[in-house]
Amino acid sequence: MGMKLTCDQATTICDKNQYKEASLIEKMKLILHLFLCKNCGRYSKQNNVMTKCYEFHKESENKKSNCLCEEEKKGMERELIKKYN
Amino acid sequence: MLSAIKKMVSDDKHILNPNKWVALHADYLFNYTISRINNHDLAKDIVQDTFFAALKAKDNFQGKASERTWLISILKRKIIDYYRKINSAKGKAEVKMNFYADGEKEGEWIEERVPSSWDNEIEKKIENDELSIVLEKCIYNLPEKYAMVFRMRTIHQIETEDICKELDITASNLWVIIHRARTQLRKCMEENWFKN
Repeated sequence: MGMKLTCDQATTICDKNQYKEASLIEKMKLILHLFLCKNCGRYSKQNNVMTKCYEFHKESENKKSNCLCEEEKKGMERELIKKYN
Repeated sequence: MLSAIKKMVSDDKHILNPNKWVALHADYLFNYTISRINNHDLAKDIVQDTFFAALKAKDNFQGKASERTWLISILKRKIIDYYRKINSAKGKAEVKMNFYADGEKEGEWIEERVPSSWDNEIEKKIENDELSIVLEKCIYNLPEKYAMVFRMRTIHQIETEDICKELDITASNLWVIIHRARTQLRKCMEENWFKN
């Protein structure tokens, strides 16, 4: 990979950068690409919005309680004890 | 005599008590599983399977690790098996390509997948409970493997390195998956949320 990126590569780095894991050289290549490519520029801008959406979604997922109910645990225990004894 | 010494030594080793597994560990194992496999019944089945497998293997337990650590190591194998299964299976959902895979235009945007401009009310559209429902549908429509890795990294914020270890994939593999997931999600949200 030289200095020039394809749009596919540039947007991959752009995604990686949303998690703050793009390297310095990757970021430099990305900036150069974004300077020249309108489509990826738009992708990059919208990517920040998407990250905010994911954060919002994360919060609402965290509020949901997803756990085993007592009935389910009793059932599990029955199955296990059956096999154990 | 020897067995008496062995018994004394084994006293400070961990022991297994299958009768208490569900009471002591089911919730923990379930939480671990649900943040990787986002399906209540499936996660429950995997936890049950883990207990069965542990029962079968209990004579191999050497008491070096705690009971829970040992159970988690079995659960991790179940999760990797699951990942391999969805990785090799031809899923119902297809990966929508956003870039040309070969030819002269390799790596360029496919014309009809180029990002469109979104309106200016973006901020308002983020602070909205309905967003979660629409986004969840979009994630659900991803091929399962993409949804799994995307959720682990983005929603449950598991470190890249840990995901790679857990699923036995390379970092560059992970980023390709995240990239495909995110480009597909962007398009899905464009069609179902931002352009409405």
